[in-house]
Amino acid sequence: MIDKKTVEYVANLARIDLKEKELERLSGQLIDILGFIDKLKKVNVDNVSPTSHAIEVNSVLRDDVTKVSLPIGKALFNAPSKNNNSFIVPKVIE
Amino acid sequence: MDKQLNTLTAHELIEEIKANRVSSEEIDACLRKTLKEINPKVNAYVRVEGSSSTEKPLNPQGIPVSIKDNICTEGYATECCSRILSGFAPAYSATVINKIKEKGHSFFNLKTNMDEFAFGSSTENSFFGVTHNPWNLDCVPGGSSGGSAAAVASNEAIWALGSDTGGSIRQPASFCGVVGLKPTYGRVSRYGLIAFASSLDQIGPITKDVTDSALLMNIIAGYDPNDSTSVNIEVPDYTKALTGSVKGLKVGIPKEYFVEGLDPQVDSAVKEAINTLKKLGAEFKEVSLAHTEFAVPVYYIIATAEASSNLARFDGVQYGFRSKDLNLIDMYKKTRGEGFGDEAKRRIVLGTFALSHGYYDAYYLRALKVRTLIKKDFDTLFKELDCILTPTSPTAAFKIGEKASDPLKMYLSDIYTISANLAGIPGISLPCGFTKEGLPIGLQILAKHFNEEKILSLAFAYEQNRDWKERKPVINLT
Repeated sequence: MIDKKTVEYVANLARIDLKEKELERLSGQLIDILGFIDKLKKVNVDNVSPTSHAIEVNSVLRDDVTKVSLPIGKALFNAPSKNNNSFIVPKVIE
Repeated sequence: MDKQLNTLTAHELIEEIKANRVSSEEIDACLRKTLKEINPKVNAYVRVEGSSSTEKPLNPQGIPVSIKDNICTEGYATECCSRILSGFAPAYSATVINKIKEKGHSFFNLKTNMDEFAFGSSTENSFFGVTHNPWNLDCVPGGSSGGSAAAVASNEAIWALGSDTGGSIRQPASFCGVVGLKPTYGRVSRYGLIAFASSLDQIGPITKDVTDSALLMNIIAGYDPNDSTSVNIEVPDYTKALTGSVKGLKVGIPKEYFVEGLDPQVDSAVKEAINTLKKLGAEFKEVSLAHTEFAVPVYYIIATAEASSNLARFDGVQYGFRSKDLNLIDMYKKTRGEGFGDEAKRRIVLGTFALSHGYYDAYYLRALKVRTLIKKDFDTLFKELDCILTPTSPTAAFKIGEKASDPLKMYLSDIYTISANLAGIPGISLPCGFTKEGLPIGLQILAKHFNEEKILSLAFAYEQNRDWKERKPVINLT
Protein backbone atom coordinates (compact mmCIF):
# COMPACT_ATOMS: atom_id res chain seq x y z
CA MET A 1 0.00 0.00 0.00
CA ILE A 2 1.00 3.58 -0.49
CA ASP A 3 1.83 5.98 2.36
CA LYS A 4 3.38 9.41 2.73
CA LYS A 5 6.90 8.01 2.75
CA THR A 6 6.32 6.08 -0.48
CA VAL A 7 4.83 9.16 -2.15
CA GLU A 8 7.89 11.17 -1.13
CA TYR A 9 10.16 8.44 -2.52
CA VAL A 10 8.22 8.16 -5.81
CA ALA A 11 8.04 11.97 -6.25
CA ASN A 12 11.82 12.02 -5.97
CA LEU A 13 12.09 9.29 -8.63
CA ALA A 14 9.83 11.42 -10.84
CA ARG A 15 11.99 14.50 -10.04
CA ILE A 16 9.10 16.53 -8.67
CA ASP A 17 9.65 18.81 -5.73
CA LEU A 18 6.56 18.69 -3.48
CA LYS A 19 5.92 21.11 -0.66
CA GLU A 20 4.96 19.57 2.70
CA LYS A 21 1.28 20.54 2.28
CA GLU A 22 1.18 19.14 -1.26
CA LEU A 23 2.74 15.91 -0.06
CA GLU A 24 0.09 15.54 2.66
CA ARG A 25 -2.79 16.17 0.26
CA LEU A 26 -1.41 14.01 -2.53
CA SER A 27 -0.77 11.08 -0.18
CA GLY A 28 -4.39 11.14 1.00
CA GLN A 29 -5.70 11.31 -2.58
CA LEU A 30 -3.45 8.50 -3.80
CA ILE A 31 -4.56 6.27 -0.93
CA ASP A 32 -8.18 6.78 -2.09
CA ILE A 33 -7.37 6.29 -5.77
CA LEU A 34 -5.32 3.14 -5.20
CA GLY A 35 -8.05 1.83 -2.89
CA PHE A 36 -10.42 2.12 -5.84
CA ILE A 37 -7.89 0.60 -8.25
CA ASP A 38 -7.53 -2.38 -5.91
CA LYS A 39 -10.79 -3.74 -7.34
CA LEU A 40 -8.60 -5.08 -10.17
CA LYS A 41 -7.44 -7.73 -7.69
CA LYS A 42 -10.89 -9.32 -8.05
CA VAL A 43 -10.25 -10.16 -11.70
CA ASN A 44 -8.86 -13.56 -12.56
CA VAL A 45 -5.96 -12.89 -14.92
CA ASP A 46 -4.42 -16.36 -14.93
CA ASN A 47 -3.26 -17.25 -18.44
CA VAL A 48 -4.24 -13.81 -19.76
CA SER A 49 -1.54 -12.10 -21.79
CA PRO A 50 -1.00 -8.35 -21.39
CA THR A 51 -2.13 -5.86 -24.05
CA SER A 52 0.16 -2.90 -24.50
CA HIS A 53 -1.29 -1.88 -27.86
CA ALA A 54 -4.89 -2.39 -28.95
CA ILE A 55 -3.94 -2.64 -32.61
CA GLU A 56 -1.25 -5.09 -33.55
CA VAL A 57 1.79 -3.04 -34.42
CA ASN A 58 4.87 -4.43 -36.08
CA SER A 59 8.23 -2.79 -35.90
CA VAL A 60 8.48 -0.41 -38.78
CA LEU A 61 11.86 0.27 -40.33
CA ARG A 62 12.37 3.26 -42.57
CA ASP A 63 14.67 3.14 -45.56
CA ASP A 64 18.28 3.60 -44.55
CA VAL A 65 18.77 6.94 -46.25
CA THR A 66 20.06 10.18 -44.80
CA LYS A 67 17.39 12.77 -44.16
CA VAL A 68 17.68 16.41 -43.23
CA SER A 69 17.77 16.93 -39.46
CA LEU A 70 16.42 19.83 -37.49
CA PRO A 71 18.87 22.75 -37.88
CA ILE A 72 20.68 23.64 -34.65
CA GLY A 73 19.14 27.10 -34.53
CA LYS A 74 15.61 25.66 -34.64
CA ALA A 75 16.41 22.95 -32.10
CA LEU A 76 17.74 25.55 -29.68
CA PHE A 77 15.06 28.14 -30.35
CA ASN A 78 12.95 27.24 -27.31
CA ALA A 79 15.78 26.58 -24.84
CA PRO A 80 15.57 28.59 -21.62
CA SER A 81 19.37 28.82 -21.61
CA LYS A 82 21.70 28.23 -24.57
CA ASN A 83 24.79 29.41 -26.41
CA ASN A 84 25.53 29.12 -30.13
CA ASN A 85 25.27 25.38 -30.43
CA SER A 86 24.34 23.87 -27.08
CA PHE A 87 21.81 23.80 -24.27
CA ILE A 88 23.19 25.24 -21.05
CA VAL A 89 22.44 23.44 -17.77
CA PRO A 90 23.71 24.00 -14.24
CA LYS A 91 27.20 22.67 -13.59
CA VAL A 92 27.14 18.87 -13.23
CA ILE A 93 30.75 18.12 -12.22
CA GLU A 94 32.52 20.16 -9.56
CA MET B 1 -25.89 36.23 -46.67
CA ASP B 2 -28.77 36.51 -44.24
CA LYS B 3 -27.12 34.15 -41.74
CA GLN B 4 -23.95 34.99 -39.85
CA LEU B 5 -21.03 33.10 -41.44
CA ASN B 6 -19.77 31.76 -38.12
CA THR B 7 -23.07 29.97 -37.48
CA LEU B 8 -22.75 27.87 -40.65
CA THR B 9 -21.22 24.41 -40.87
CA ALA B 10 -18.04 23.76 -42.84
CA HIS B 11 -19.94 21.91 -45.58
CA GLU B 12 -22.30 24.86 -46.00
CA LEU B 13 -19.38 27.29 -46.14
CA ILE B 14 -17.51 25.14 -48.66
CA GLU B 15 -20.52 25.52 -50.98
CA GLU B 16 -20.58 29.28 -50.38
CA ILE B 17 -16.88 29.56 -51.23
CA LYS B 18 -17.32 27.43 -54.37
CA ALA B 19 -20.11 29.76 -55.50
CA ASN B 20 -17.84 32.76 -54.85
CA ARG B 21 -20.32 34.19 -52.40
CA VAL B 22 -17.93 34.09 -49.45
CA SER B 23 -14.16 34.26 -48.94
CA SER B 24 -11.95 32.60 -46.33
CA GLU B 25 -10.91 36.07 -45.14
CA GLU B 26 -14.54 36.92 -44.40
CA ILE B 27 -15.03 33.72 -42.42
CA ASP B 28 -11.83 34.35 -40.47
CA ALA B 29 -12.84 37.95 -39.75
CA CYS B 30 -16.31 36.85 -38.64
CA LEU B 31 -14.80 34.28 -36.24
CA ARG B 32 -12.45 36.87 -34.75
CA LYS B 33 -15.27 39.36 -34.26
CA THR B 34 -17.44 36.75 -32.51
CA LEU B 35 -14.53 35.57 -30.43
CA LYS B 36 -13.83 39.11 -29.21
CA GLU B 37 -17.38 39.31 -27.83
CA ILE B 38 -17.79 35.80 -26.54
CA ASN B 39 -14.36 34.63 -25.43
CA PRO B 40 -14.24 36.83 -22.30
CA LYS B 41 -17.32 34.86 -21.11
CA VAL B 42 -16.48 31.38 -22.39
CA ASN B 43 -12.64 31.30 -22.45
CA ALA B 44 -12.58 28.69 -25.22
CA TYR B 45 -9.41 30.17 -26.72
CA VAL B 46 -6.18 30.85 -24.82
CA ARG B 47 -3.56 33.59 -25.17
CA VAL B 48 -6.07 35.85 -26.91
CA GLU B 49 -4.64 39.00 -25.34
CA GLY B 50 -0.96 39.74 -25.91
CA SER B 51 -0.21 36.75 -28.14
CA SER B 52 3.42 35.66 -27.99
CA SER B 53 5.84 37.50 -30.27
CA THR B 54 6.30 34.45 -32.49
CA GLU B 55 2.70 34.56 -33.67
CA LYS B 56 2.23 36.23 -37.00
CA PRO B 57 -1.12 36.79 -38.71
CA LEU B 58 -2.09 33.88 -40.92
CA ASN B 59 -3.39 33.98 -44.43
CA PRO B 60 -6.72 32.14 -44.09
CA GLN B 61 -7.43 29.40 -46.62
CA GLY B 62 -10.55 27.30 -47.05
CA ILE B 63 -12.39 26.82 -43.76
CA PRO B 64 -10.13 27.59 -40.77
CA VAL B 65 -9.81 24.70 -38.30
CA SER B 66 -9.46 25.52 -34.60
CA ILE B 67 -6.73 23.51 -32.89
CA LYS B 68 -6.33 22.20 -29.34
CA ASP B 69 -3.28 23.54 -27.54
CA ASN B 70 -1.50 20.14 -27.51
CA ILE B 71 -1.20 19.85 -31.31
CA CYS B 72 2.04 21.33 -32.66
CA THR B 73 1.77 24.29 -35.02
CA GLU B 74 5.18 25.38 -36.31
CA GLY B 75 6.20 28.80 -35.02
CA TYR B 76 2.92 29.28 -33.10
CA ALA B 77 2.61 28.85 -29.36
CA THR B 78 1.65 25.30 -28.31
CA GLU B 79 1.72 25.06 -24.53
CA CYS B 80 -0.65 22.22 -23.54
CA CYS B 81 -2.15 24.90 -21.27
CA SER B 82 0.71 24.22 -18.86
CA ARG B 83 3.13 26.59 -17.18
CA ILE B 84 5.97 24.17 -17.90
CA LEU B 85 5.63 24.74 -21.66
CA SER B 86 5.24 28.51 -21.42
CA GLY B 87 6.57 30.23 -24.51
CA PHE B 88 6.99 26.98 -26.47
CA ALA B 89 6.72 27.42 -30.25
CA PRO B 90 7.30 24.07 -32.02
CA ALA B 91 10.01 23.63 -34.65
CA TYR B 92 7.62 21.58 -36.81
CA SER B 93 3.89 21.08 -37.34
CA ALA B 94 1.85 17.98 -36.55
CA THR B 95 0.97 15.79 -39.54
CA VAL B 96 -2.72 16.72 -39.15
CA ILE B 97 -1.78 20.40 -39.57
CA ASN B 98 0.15 19.63 -42.76
CA LYS B 99 -2.80 17.60 -44.06
CA ILE B 100 -5.19 20.47 -43.36
CA LYS B 101 -2.92 22.74 -45.42
CA GLU B 102 -2.52 20.19 -48.23
CA LYS B 103 -6.30 19.98 -48.57
CA GLY B 104 -6.56 23.75 -48.99
CA HIS B 105 -7.52 24.83 -45.47
CA SER B 106 -5.66 26.68 -42.77
CA PHE B 107 -5.59 26.40 -39.02
CA PHE B 108 -7.05 29.21 -36.94
CA ASN B 109 -4.06 30.74 -35.22
CA LEU B 110 -5.51 30.93 -31.74
CA LYS B 111 -5.40 27.63 -29.87
CA THR B 112 -8.21 26.15 -27.80
CA ASN B 113 -8.22 25.64 -24.04
CA MET B 114 -7.73 22.21 -22.43
CA ASP B 115 -6.91 20.54 -19.17
CA GLU B 116 -3.14 20.74 -18.68
CA PHE B 117 -1.57 17.99 -20.84
CA ALA B 118 -5.15 16.68 -21.39
CA PHE B 119 -5.30 15.56 -17.74
CA GLY B 120 -8.93 16.08 -16.82
CA SER B 121 -12.60 15.88 -17.67
CA SER B 122 -13.66 19.49 -17.11
CA THR B 123 -11.00 21.89 -18.50
CA GLU B 124 -10.63 23.14 -14.92
CA ASN B 125 -6.97 22.04 -14.88
CA SER B 126 -5.85 24.62 -17.43
CA PHE B 127 -3.06 27.08 -16.56
CA PHE B 128 -5.24 29.64 -18.40
CA GLY B 129 -8.35 29.15 -16.27
CA VAL B 130 -11.53 27.16 -16.83
CA THR B 131 -13.60 27.22 -20.02
CA HIS B 132 -17.30 27.90 -19.39
CA ASN B 133 -20.03 25.80 -20.98
CA PRO B 134 -21.86 27.96 -23.56
CA TRP B 135 -25.21 26.41 -22.51
CA ASN B 136 -24.73 27.48 -18.90
CA LEU B 137 -21.69 29.54 -17.97
CA ASP B 138 -21.69 28.10 -14.43
CA CYS B 139 -21.07 24.61 -15.81
CA VAL B 140 -17.92 22.97 -17.14
CA PRO B 141 -17.63 22.23 -20.88
CA GLY B 142 -16.22 18.78 -20.15
CA GLY B 143 -12.67 17.91 -20.96
CA SER B 144 -9.99 17.68 -21.80
CA SER B 145 -10.86 19.19 -25.23
CA GLY B 146 -13.31 21.58 -23.52
CA GLY B 147 -12.01 24.62 -25.41
CA SER B 148 -12.53 23.04 -28.84
CA ALA B 149 -16.04 21.80 -27.94
CA ALA B 150 -17.10 25.14 -26.40
CA ALA B 151 -15.67 27.09 -29.36
CA VAL B 152 -17.72 25.01 -31.83
CA ALA B 153 -20.87 25.21 -29.66
CA SER B 154 -20.62 29.00 -29.27
CA ASN B 155 -19.91 29.58 -33.00
CA GLU B 156 -16.41 30.83 -32.19
CA ALA B 157 -15.12 28.03 -34.42
CA ILE B 158 -16.48 26.43 -37.59
CA TRP B 159 -14.82 23.11 -36.81
CA ALA B 160 -12.03 21.99 -34.54
CA LEU B 161 -9.58 19.28 -33.61
CA GLY B 162 -9.35 17.70 -30.20
CA SER B 163 -7.53 14.69 -28.80
CA ASP B 164 -9.08 11.74 -26.97
CA THR B 165 -7.18 9.51 -24.54
CA GLY B 166 -10.09 8.39 -22.34
CA GLY B 167 -13.02 10.41 -23.70
CA SER B 168 -11.49 13.86 -24.15
CA ILE B 169 -13.25 14.47 -27.48
CA ARG B 170 -16.53 12.65 -26.84
CA GLN B 171 -17.33 13.80 -23.28
CA PRO B 172 -16.88 17.56 -23.99
CA ALA B 173 -18.81 17.13 -27.27
CA SER B 174 -21.61 15.59 -25.19
CA PHE B 175 -21.54 18.41 -22.58
CA CYS B 176 -21.50 21.13 -25.26
CA GLY B 177 -24.10 19.62 -27.64
CA VAL B 178 -21.75 19.10 -30.61
CA VAL B 179 -20.39 16.11 -32.53
CA GLY B 180 -17.05 14.58 -31.47
CA LEU B 181 -15.38 11.58 -33.10
CA LYS B 182 -12.49 9.55 -31.71
CA PRO B 183 -11.08 7.56 -34.62
CA THR B 184 -9.63 4.04 -34.40
CA TYR B 185 -6.18 3.98 -32.81
CA GLY B 186 -3.76 4.32 -35.73
CA ARG B 187 -6.26 5.89 -38.15
CA VAL B 188 -4.96 9.46 -37.64
CA SER B 189 -1.27 10.24 -37.18
CA ARG B 190 -0.19 11.26 -33.69
CA TYR B 191 3.01 12.88 -35.00
CA GLY B 192 3.15 16.33 -33.43
CA LEU B 193 0.47 15.59 -30.82
CA ILE B 194 2.21 16.20 -27.51
CA ALA B 195 1.99 12.74 -25.97
CA PHE B 196 -0.12 11.93 -22.90
CA ALA B 197 -0.61 8.13 -23.11
CA SER B 198 0.85 6.91 -26.38
CA SER B 199 -1.11 3.64 -26.58
CA LEU B 200 -4.45 5.48 -26.13
CA ASP B 201 -4.15 8.97 -27.69
CA GLN B 202 -5.97 9.81 -30.94
CA ILE B 203 -6.67 13.15 -32.65
CA GLY B 204 -10.21 13.63 -33.97
CA PRO B 205 -12.80 16.15 -35.19
CA ILE B 206 -15.21 18.23 -33.08
CA THR B 207 -17.89 19.66 -35.37
CA LYS B 208 -21.39 21.11 -35.57
CA ASP B 209 -22.79 18.08 -37.37
CA VAL B 210 -22.03 14.57 -38.60
CA THR B 211 -21.34 15.66 -42.20
CA ASP B 212 -18.54 17.97 -41.03
CA SER B 213 -17.15 15.12 -38.93
CA ALA B 214 -16.91 12.93 -42.05
CA LEU B 215 -15.37 15.77 -44.05
CA LEU B 216 -12.71 16.51 -41.43
CA MET B 217 -11.93 12.76 -41.19
CA ASN B 218 -11.33 12.76 -44.96
CA ILE B 219 -8.74 15.46 -44.37
CA ILE B 220 -6.85 14.11 -41.33
CA ALA B 221 -6.99 10.31 -41.65
CA GLY B 222 -4.24 8.22 -43.20
CA TYR B 223 -0.89 6.53 -42.83
CA ASP B 224 2.09 8.59 -41.76
CA PRO B 225 5.67 7.26 -41.88
CA ASN B 226 6.44 9.62 -38.97
CA ASP B 227 4.07 7.70 -36.65
CA SER B 228 5.05 4.05 -36.40
CA THR B 229 1.65 3.22 -34.87
CA SER B 230 -0.33 4.73 -37.72
CA VAL B 231 -1.88 2.00 -39.84
CA ASN B 232 -1.29 1.72 -43.56
CA ILE B 233 -4.75 0.90 -44.88
CA GLU B 234 -6.72 2.86 -47.40
CA VAL B 235 -8.80 5.82 -46.24
CA PRO B 236 -12.38 5.64 -47.54
CA ASP B 237 -14.41 8.70 -48.50
CA TYR B 238 -16.28 9.00 -45.20
CA THR B 239 -19.01 11.19 -46.70
CA LYS B 240 -20.16 8.12 -48.70
CA ALA B 241 -21.35 6.62 -45.42
CA LEU B 242 -23.87 9.44 -45.00
CA THR B 243 -26.74 7.74 -46.78
CA GLY B 244 -29.44 7.99 -44.14
CA SER B 245 -30.13 4.28 -44.43
CA VAL B 246 -29.60 2.07 -41.38
CA LYS B 247 -31.92 -0.78 -42.29
CA GLY B 248 -30.66 -4.08 -40.91
CA LEU B 249 -27.74 -2.51 -39.01
CA LYS B 250 -27.19 -4.61 -35.87
CA VAL B 251 -26.73 -2.52 -32.75
CA GLY B 252 -25.93 -3.72 -29.21
CA ILE B 253 -27.01 -2.04 -25.97
CA PRO B 254 -24.61 -3.05 -23.17
CA LYS B 255 -26.57 -3.60 -19.97
CA GLU B 256 -23.57 -2.60 -17.80
CA TYR B 257 -23.90 0.98 -19.07
CA PHE B 258 -27.46 1.41 -17.81
CA VAL B 259 -26.90 1.03 -14.09
CA GLU B 260 -26.82 3.06 -10.89
CA GLY B 261 -25.15 6.44 -11.38
CA LEU B 262 -26.78 7.04 -14.76
CA ASP B 263 -28.91 10.21 -14.61
CA PRO B 264 -32.56 9.28 -15.38
CA GLN B 265 -32.82 12.16 -17.88
CA VAL B 266 -29.79 10.82 -19.79
CA ASP B 267 -31.21 7.31 -19.61
CA SER B 268 -34.54 8.34 -21.13
CA ALA B 269 -32.95 10.50 -23.86
CA VAL B 270 -30.77 7.57 -24.96
CA LYS B 271 -33.74 5.19 -24.90
CA GLU B 272 -35.69 7.62 -27.04
CA ALA B 273 -32.80 7.69 -29.51
CA ILE B 274 -32.94 3.89 -29.64
CA ASN B 275 -36.65 4.11 -30.52
CA THR B 276 -35.95 6.62 -33.29
CA LEU B 277 -33.31 4.34 -34.80
CA LYS B 278 -35.56 1.29 -34.41
CA LYS B 279 -38.21 3.05 -36.48
CA LEU B 280 -35.56 3.65 -39.15
CA GLY B 281 -34.89 -0.07 -39.36
CA ALA B 282 -31.84 -0.62 -37.13
CA GLU B 283 -32.01 -3.83 -35.11
CA PHE B 284 -31.29 -3.62 -31.38
CA LYS B 285 -30.23 -6.26 -28.92
CA GLU B 286 -29.20 -6.19 -25.26
CA VAL B 287 -25.59 -7.33 -24.85
CA SER B 288 -23.00 -7.59 -22.09
CA LEU B 289 -19.57 -6.04 -21.71
CA ALA B 290 -18.74 -7.93 -18.56
CA HIS B 291 -15.49 -6.13 -17.62
CA THR B 292 -16.92 -2.60 -17.87
CA GLU B 293 -16.52 -1.85 -14.16
CA PHE B 294 -12.77 -2.39 -14.43
CA ALA B 295 -12.19 0.06 -17.30
CA VAL B 296 -11.67 3.14 -15.09
CA PRO B 297 -9.12 1.53 -12.74
CA VAL B 298 -7.26 -0.09 -15.67
CA TYR B 299 -7.16 3.26 -17.43
CA TYR B 300 -5.83 5.19 -14.46
CA ILE B 301 -2.91 2.78 -14.16
CA ILE B 302 -2.03 2.52 -17.86
CA ALA B 303 -2.64 6.17 -18.78
CA THR B 304 -0.71 7.53 -15.79
CA ALA B 305 2.15 5.05 -16.27
CA GLU B 306 2.54 6.12 -19.89
CA ALA B 307 2.14 9.78 -18.94
CA SER B 308 4.84 9.57 -16.27
CA SER B 309 7.24 8.34 -18.92
CA ASN B 310 6.14 10.79 -21.65
CA LEU B 311 6.31 13.79 -19.34
CA ALA B 312 9.87 13.02 -18.24
CA ARG B 313 11.02 15.22 -21.14
CA PHE B 314 9.79 18.36 -19.42
CA ASP B 315 12.86 19.11 -17.34
CA GLY B 316 13.63 22.76 -18.03
CA VAL B 317 16.47 22.04 -20.46
CA GLN B 318 15.16 22.07 -24.03
CA TYR B 319 12.03 24.20 -23.86
CA GLY B 320 9.56 26.01 -21.69
CA PHE B 321 9.81 27.11 -18.09
CA ARG B 322 12.97 26.65 -16.00
CA SER B 323 13.27 27.31 -12.29
CA LYS B 324 16.54 28.57 -10.91
CA ASP B 325 18.93 26.39 -9.00
CA LEU B 326 22.65 25.85 -8.72
CA ASN B 327 22.45 22.09 -8.94
CA LEU B 328 21.12 20.09 -11.91
CA ILE B 329 18.92 17.60 -10.05
CA ASP B 330 17.39 20.35 -7.92
CA MET B 331 16.80 22.40 -11.07
CA TYR B 332 14.81 19.46 -12.52
CA LYS B 333 12.82 19.00 -9.33
CA LYS B 334 12.01 22.67 -8.83
CA THR B 335 11.16 23.18 -12.51
CA ARG B 336 8.73 20.25 -12.43
CA GLY B 337 7.38 21.11 -8.98
CA GLU B 338 6.61 24.70 -10.03
CA GLY B 339 5.82 24.06 -13.70
CA PHE B 340 3.22 21.27 -13.40
CA GLY B 341 -0.25 21.80 -11.94
CA ASP B 342 -1.81 19.57 -9.24
CA GLU B 343 -3.44 17.01 -11.56
CA ALA B 344 -0.26 16.60 -13.62
CA LYS B 345 1.76 15.96 -10.45
CA ARG B 346 -0.88 13.53 -9.18
CA ARG B 347 -0.81 11.52 -12.40
CA ILE B 348 2.97 11.51 -12.77
CA VAL B 349 3.42 10.31 -9.18
CA LEU B 350 0.68 7.65 -9.57
CA GLY B 351 2.16 6.44 -12.86
CA THR B 352 5.70 6.37 -11.47
CA PHE B 353 4.42 4.38 -8.51
CA ALA B 354 2.65 1.84 -10.77
CA LEU B 355 5.86 1.31 -12.74
CA SER B 356 8.23 1.25 -9.76
CA HIS B 357 10.08 -1.76 -8.43
CA GLY B 358 7.88 -3.93 -6.25
CA TYR B 359 4.59 -2.58 -7.61
CA TYR B 360 4.98 -3.16 -11.36
CA ASP B 361 3.43 -6.64 -11.41
CA ALA B 362 0.64 -5.86 -8.96
CA TYR B 363 -0.49 -2.70 -10.76
CA TYR B 364 0.88 -2.10 -14.25
CA LEU B 365 1.14 -5.68 -15.51
CA ARG B 366 -2.21 -6.61 -13.97
CA ALA B 367 -3.84 -3.59 -15.64
CA LEU B 368 -2.45 -4.63 -19.03
CA LYS B 369 -3.97 -8.09 -18.54
CA VAL B 370 -7.39 -6.74 -17.61
CA ARG B 371 -7.09 -4.50 -20.67
CA THR B 372 -6.90 -7.71 -22.73
CA LEU B 373 -10.18 -8.89 -21.18
CA ILE B 374 -11.92 -5.57 -21.88
CA LYS B 375 -10.75 -5.68 -25.49
CA LYS B 376 -11.89 -9.32 -25.84
CA ASP B 377 -15.41 -8.39 -24.68
CA PHE B 378 -15.64 -5.97 -27.63
CA ASP B 379 -14.01 -8.39 -30.11
CA THR B 380 -16.60 -11.03 -29.22
CA LEU B 381 -19.57 -8.66 -29.61
CA PHE B 382 -18.35 -7.21 -32.90
CA LYS B 383 -18.38 -10.67 -34.46
CA GLU B 384 -22.13 -10.24 -34.72
CA LEU B 385 -22.77 -6.54 -34.20
CA ASP B 386 -22.14 -3.48 -36.37
CA CYS B 387 -22.31 -0.90 -33.58
CA ILE B 388 -22.74 -0.48 -29.84
CA LEU B 389 -24.86 2.36 -28.52
CA THR B 390 -24.50 3.93 -25.06
CA PRO B 391 -24.78 7.26 -23.24
CA THR B 392 -21.55 9.28 -23.67
CA SER B 393 -21.43 10.35 -20.04
CA PRO B 394 -23.59 9.37 -17.04
CA THR B 395 -24.71 12.99 -16.57
CA ALA B 396 -25.02 16.27 -18.42
CA ALA B 397 -22.44 19.01 -17.69
CA PHE B 398 -21.73 19.47 -13.99
CA LYS B 399 -21.08 22.72 -12.14
CA ILE B 400 -17.64 24.34 -12.13
CA GLY B 401 -15.95 23.31 -8.87
CA GLU B 402 -18.38 20.45 -8.20
CA LYS B 403 -15.82 17.67 -8.68
CA ALA B 404 -12.60 19.67 -8.63
CA SER B 405 -11.54 18.65 -5.14
CA ASP B 406 -12.31 14.94 -5.56
CA PRO B 407 -10.13 13.42 -8.31
CA LEU B 408 -11.79 10.01 -8.04
CA LYS B 409 -15.27 11.46 -8.62
CA MET B 410 -13.91 13.34 -11.64
CA TYR B 411 -12.34 10.16 -13.05
CA LEU B 412 -15.73 8.41 -12.93
CA SER B 413 -17.27 10.92 -15.35
CA ASP B 414 -15.33 9.09 -18.11
CA ILE B 415 -16.79 5.70 -17.21
CA TYR B 416 -18.53 5.17 -20.59
CA THR B 417 -15.81 6.54 -22.86
CA ILE B 418 -12.62 4.96 -21.48
CA SER B 419 -13.19 1.42 -22.78
CA ALA B 420 -13.02 2.52 -26.43
CA ASN B 421 -9.50 3.85 -25.89
CA LEU B 422 -8.41 0.67 -24.09
CA ALA B 423 -9.79 -1.43 -26.96
CA GLY B 424 -8.55 1.01 -29.65
CA ILE B 425 -11.99 1.21 -31.29
CA PRO B 426 -13.64 4.32 -32.79
CA GLY B 427 -16.50 6.19 -31.10
CA ILE B 428 -18.65 9.26 -31.69
CA SER B 429 -20.74 11.45 -29.44
CA LEU B 430 -23.67 13.39 -30.89
CA PRO B 431 -26.54 15.32 -29.28
CA CYS B 432 -29.65 13.28 -28.40
CA GLY B 433 -31.63 15.71 -26.29
CA PHE B 434 -31.56 18.19 -23.45
CA THR B 435 -32.14 18.02 -19.72
CA LYS B 436 -34.98 20.05 -18.26
CA GLU B 437 -32.27 22.49 -17.14
CA GLY B 438 -31.43 22.99 -20.82
CA LEU B 439 -28.11 21.15 -20.92
CA PRO B 440 -27.23 18.89 -23.87
CA ILE B 441 -27.16 15.09 -23.57
CA GLY B 442 -24.81 12.97 -25.67
CA LEU B 443 -25.30 9.64 -27.42
CA GLN B 444 -22.23 7.46 -27.98
CA ILE B 445 -21.87 5.03 -30.89
CA LEU B 446 -18.95 2.59 -31.01
CA ALA B 447 -17.85 0.19 -33.75
CA LYS B 448 -15.00 -2.18 -34.40
CA HIS B 449 -11.54 -1.11 -35.56
CA PHE B 450 -11.58 0.96 -38.78
CA ASN B 451 -15.39 0.94 -38.98
CA GLU B 452 -15.85 4.70 -38.63
CA GLU B 453 -18.19 4.52 -41.63
CA LYS B 454 -20.76 2.45 -39.71
CA ILE B 455 -20.66 4.95 -36.84
CA LEU B 456 -21.08 7.90 -39.19
CA SER B 457 -23.88 6.16 -41.04
CA LEU B 458 -25.90 5.49 -37.87
CA ALA B 459 -25.12 8.95 -36.45
CA PHE B 460 -26.13 10.69 -39.68
CA ALA B 461 -29.43 8.81 -39.95
CA TYR B 462 -30.27 9.76 -36.37
CA GLU B 463 -29.26 13.40 -36.86
CA GLN B 464 -31.43 13.69 -39.98
CA ASN B 465 -34.46 12.53 -38.05
CA ARG B 466 -34.09 14.80 -35.04
CA ASP B 467 -33.55 18.55 -34.99
CA TRP B 468 -31.26 18.86 -31.96
CA LYS B 469 -28.59 20.57 -34.01
CA GLU B 470 -30.94 23.48 -34.71
CA ARG B 471 -30.93 24.37 -31.02
CA LYS B 472 -28.15 26.84 -30.14
CA PRO B 473 -26.95 28.24 -26.82
CA VAL B 474 -27.74 31.85 -25.99
CA ILE B 475 -24.82 33.46 -24.23
CA ASN B 476 -25.55 36.38 -21.96
CA LEU B 477 -22.95 38.98 -22.90
CA THR B 478 -23.81 41.56 -20.24
